[in-house]
Amino acid sequence: MDKLGASLGAMLVQMSERGPDSAGVAVYRAPPDDRRVKVSLYSPDDHPWEDLCNELTELCGEPPGFDRRASHALFELPSNGFDAVAWIRERHPELRIMSVGNAIEIYKEKGPPEEFVRQFKLWEFSGTHALGHTRMATESAVTTEHSHPFSTGEDLCLVHNGSFSNHNRLRGNLRRRGVDIRTDNDSEVAAGYLMWRLREGDTLEQGLRRGLRDWDGFYTLAIGTANGFAVLRDPIACKPAVLAETDDWVAMASEFRAIAQLEGVENADVWEPAPATVYFWGEN
Amino acid sequence: MNDFDLKRVPLRDLNAHLHNDPTDEVTVKNPGGRHAIAVGIDAAIDVTIDGHVGYYCGGMNKRAKITVAGHAGPGVAENMMSGRVRVKGNASQYAGASGRGGTLIVEGSASARCGISMKGVDIVVAGDVGHMSAFMAQAGHLVVCGNAGQHLGDSLYEAVIFVRGQVGDLGADCIEKEMTPTHRQTLSRLLEQSGFQHSPDEFRRYGSARGLYHFDVDHADAY
Repeated sequence: MDKLGASLGAMLVQMSERGPDSAGVAVYRAPPDDRRVKVSLYSPDDHPWEDLCNELTELCGEPPGFDRRASHALFELPSNGFDAVAWIRERHPELRIMSVGNAIEIYKEKGPPEEFVRQFKLWEFSGTHALGHTRMATESAVTTEHSHPFSTGEDLCLVHNGSFSNHNRLRGNLRRRGVDIRTDNDSEVAAGYLMWRLREGDTLEQGLRRGLRDWDGFYTLAIGTANGFAVLRDPIACKPAVLAETDDWVAMASEFRAIAQLEGVENADVWEPAPATVYFWGEN
Repeated sequence: MNDFDLKRVPLRDLNAHLHNDPTDEVTVKNPGGRHAIAVGIDAAIDVTIDGHVGYYCGGMNKRAKITVAGHAGPGVAENMMSGRVRVKGNASQYAGASGRGGTLIVEGSASARCGISMKGVDIVVAGDVGHMSAFMAQAGHLVVCGNAGQHLGDSLYEAVIFVRGQVGDLGADCIEKEMTPTHRQTLSRLLEQSGFQHSPDEFRRYGSARGLYHFDVDHADAY
């Protein structure tokens, strides 16, 4: 979809009143060579990205794809046996790995959505699908690292509206199981939970169903996958969600006003997802 | 006749006009899903909103006839006192919540908790309603021409529910009741004034079993 980034940007700006604190996106667009792995990195400081690019060129034996975008940098790494992701994690702990995968690219930043769209030139993005989020912080601090989407594994991410009331205990349990959770944010715990379940062999659907049992609190979740997305609301379903489907696209948002920005919306089938029900578009 | 283009005019200007000696007819252009459009009116006027509205449109309405030519967000016609709100598209959750009078008509479907705690309002929905609709509803009528979701009429008081399609399941203390000639007459009137062409014979009536009005320790499991 050529207009993916522009459409998503319009939706984010429309949701500014609802989430003025930060904004973020996960865009799914495949690299030219699908054996390459894309890594989205964030640095709060002005990082010498060119130096990192040179280091990676030497270690990988060929220059990686390299695209700098505001506070983030995207590297497309060849899959030739060298585990560049593990190397970055070990040698550059000052960098935050936002996403890893064939198709996914996560970018997020504190500040109003309009500024985010401008800084990250969202209109430049094309791709198959994307998730976006504007945040009004209720449970934890306003920082880039507390922003959504959160990575939940290769080519997976999660955005959340709501608040989990048992996130502290869950975070402790997950950390003991070796899940890397960086902040005190409650939504990151749900992302870590899914990461854990998928590692244990659950399908995404099984992981989400189990989450219904283990998560306490309010949540409407959208989960991005390599070829689609999933939606889950808690059994009370207070946190809003609206879906719109046409022959050409499917969109989900907290309010219809975001979807109203999209071309062809006048012919869309509009409905709200039922509580405690896992929905999928694309393959599971 | 008075036009308000919300792309150019602040929402507060529209609501201020509606509160202070408004014109008989008001048209709102480019609502853009804004919240609290046309709330708190106390005048026998016609308001047409040309597009989609966000939260709480037509809230606390008295006497006005408000038409939304689009979808409505959560809480449309919340706490309405009298008058009529018509939504041409779908309505989101808690449509007509705690309404005391007047009529809310939804030409599409409504969502969860439609008519929660309604206290005399009449709500007529052409499509479906979501889960927990008419929760703790005290008075008035909820007419559903499509299907109702789970836990319909949970902890119901004296509101009357008519459903034409399937019911997911009935909430605590809500039971099916006999459709008497009086009920058929009321339903017929509500359908007619809403402009929906169904026969009252296609509907079933649901109401309170009146078992939960007062706390009774023997009913503790049902609360």
